[in-house]
Amino acid sequence: MIALLIRDLRLAVRAGGGFGLGLAFFLIVVVLVPFGVGPEQMVLARIAPGILWVAALLAALLSLDRIFALDFEDGSLALLATAPLPLEGVALAKACAHWITTGLPLTLAAPTLGFLLHLDGAAYAFLLLTLLMGTPALSMIGTFGAALTVGLRRGGLLMSLLVLPLYVPTLIFGAEAVRRGAEGLPTAAPLMLLAVITAGSIAFLPFATAAVLRINLR
Amino acid sequence: MLQVTGLRCARGGVPVLENVSFQVAAGTVLVLRGPNGVGKTTLLRTLAGLQPALAGQVTCTGESAYASHADGVKTALSVTENLAFWADVHAETLPDDLFAAFELDELRDRLAGTLSAGQKRRLGLARLGVINRQVLFLDEPTVSLDGNSVRMFANWIRDVHLARGGCAVIATHIDLGLSALTLELSPYVAAPDAGGGMDEAFL
Amino acid sequence: MSLWEYANPKKFMGWTAPVLPWAFSGAAACLVIGLVWGFFLTPDDFRQGSTVKIIYLHVPSAMMAINAWGMMLLASLIWLIRRHHVSALAARAAAPVGLVMTLMALFTGAIWGSPMWGTYWAWDPRLTSFLILFLFYLGYIALWAAIEDPDTAADLTSVLCLVGSVFAILSRYAVNFWNQGLHQGASLSLDKEENISDVFWLPLLVCIAGFVLLFIALVLLRTRTEIRARRARALMARAVRA
Repeated sequence: MIALLIRDLRLAVRAGGGFGLGLAFFLIVVVLVPFGVGPEQMVLARIAPGILWVAALLAALLSLDRIFALDFEDGSLALLATAPLPLEGVALAKACAHWITTGLPLTLAAPTLGFLLHLDGAAYAFLLLTLLMGTPALSMIGTFGAALTVGLRRGGLLMSLLVLPLYVPTLIFGAEAVRRGAEGLPTAAPLMLLAVITAGSIAFLPFATAAVLRINLR
Repeated sequence: MLQVTGLRCARGGVPVLENVSFQVAAGTVLVLRGPNGVGKTTLLRTLAGLQPALAGQVTCTGESAYASHADGVKTALSVTENLAFWADVHAETLPDDLFAAFELDELRDRLAGTLSAGQKRRLGLARLGVINRQVLFLDEPTVSLDGNSVRMFANWIRDVHLARGGCAVIATHIDLGLSALTLELSPYVAAPDAGGGMDEAFL
Repeated sequence: MSLWEYANPKKFMGWTAPVLPWAFSGAAACLVIGLVWGFFLTPDDFRQGSTVKIIYLHVPSAMMAINAWGMMLLASLIWLIRRHHVSALAARAAAPVGLVMTLMALFTGAIWGSPMWGTYWAWDPRLTSFLILFLFYLGYIALWAAIEDPDTAADLTSVLCLVGSVFAILSRYAVNFWNQGLHQGASLSLDKEENISDVFWLPLLVCIAGFVLLFIALVLLRTRTEIRARRARALMARAVRA
């Protein structure tokens, strides 16, 4: 599993790996929002938690179709299926690699972009915390979606259609915790529910992902 | 080492081969022959467990590996990195004489993307030397190899793989120069009314 | 003889043929009786006036929107465990019906919401849940349509249905949490406090029975069509091979 993780990270940072594209996309979306809604500080501060969460979610979505597509095309996935590493482990390693190349950089970049949107001072800690807790769930759910559409030629758009509804609870709890944090309300409930979703996704979705990969490799 | 009895396998839900039975003993090679589309790839994938058999039994002592034209070579990794990855996944060490056996010595640090088709193919085959599996299912392993490389590969199969008690089932159209049993698949083509296809319940 | 034998495609075609006209006429009868009774023979609500009468469409369609997904979940499980082709095809057949029911619940809700809440659309938790359910239906149908191999499609959509159900329930609670909402309480709960009176309740029951029968009839009809399509496909494939 570690070997696969290291290989995927290496592939992501080598030329053509697309590392950093998600981050750039995140930056651009957040910069575009004030052009759309106007520059008033109050308005931006109010919508900042939601914008940052939605933009992070879209940026994570952007790189999902690469998770399995390349390995499927060049045959690596079939070879991995006959390797001693179970496909559940492959799924987890892939999700982990996706998180390290996408979710983690997004989380670290978010406070800077929050500054651009006049995010309330009290909310920064919650923004970091919720993204840190929520982006692994985004990667894991996305890996499942990528596995569902891996055999399809134009699976990217379909995958967005399948994955985005699955992202709803994560988004709601994540953004809600930041908003409550900004307004000084209690945040324990949404944080705990977010943690439940992430833990549940990581515990169960590798099995669903592996089952779907086996079907697609048939 | 490998025993197949009454195997029926399907491609795209349609039975293509039926009643396939054969044995492969340790240290021997079975070559599959037959016209295009007869089901060589389907048979190999079924044997390797990548797709379920409709009927019949496959008993295999020892772990198996499958290799096809798509050999999972990553163009952004070097030759050594490619092989080291498969060694890690299979919890094996990368044998140093492997590079010589597949004539990859001078290419060790080249990115796989800069290799020619034949060189890339040799790299793909070298994976088989890394993973140390007893039973090999090879689908057209010699595509885009020149005569010299084909001999080199046949030598590796004979002198290394078979010598350590492995066996192989190879689908190929060319003569590898190995002393091998041959199985012609044409007699096993499934009858049009062979059962077990996914449409069977609807007919 | 086991119950599962009714799921054999040929058997299924056999026993559904006589059932179908009964299901359709039962649905038509219940709907006509329920709607006429509900629209013309019940008094206006003292607070909501005549607008309340939309419940005869709104409540049954909303119920069937959820029940259709439940039926798809059950059929998907049966397919994954027992691999009965009819069950996979029935799940496929139910999806567009469920989608239309969801749309109907949303539209009737909007029409009712306009005089009651002063707006056609509010991000009320229940409305939002139905919007999310609508997206789940869309994804499910799109996945069926995208995959050529019917067995692979059945397998993948079944897994999506299982995972989707878990996330749909999570979304339901997440949405509740996110906005407390304007929606009135359940119309049919056993708790008398929030229940509606018998005058409205009886025609509503008839309407619900009508929607259930309509759903069954449509799903049977669509499943029969799917089976015929598969059979045509199989026969053509065999003709090509022979």
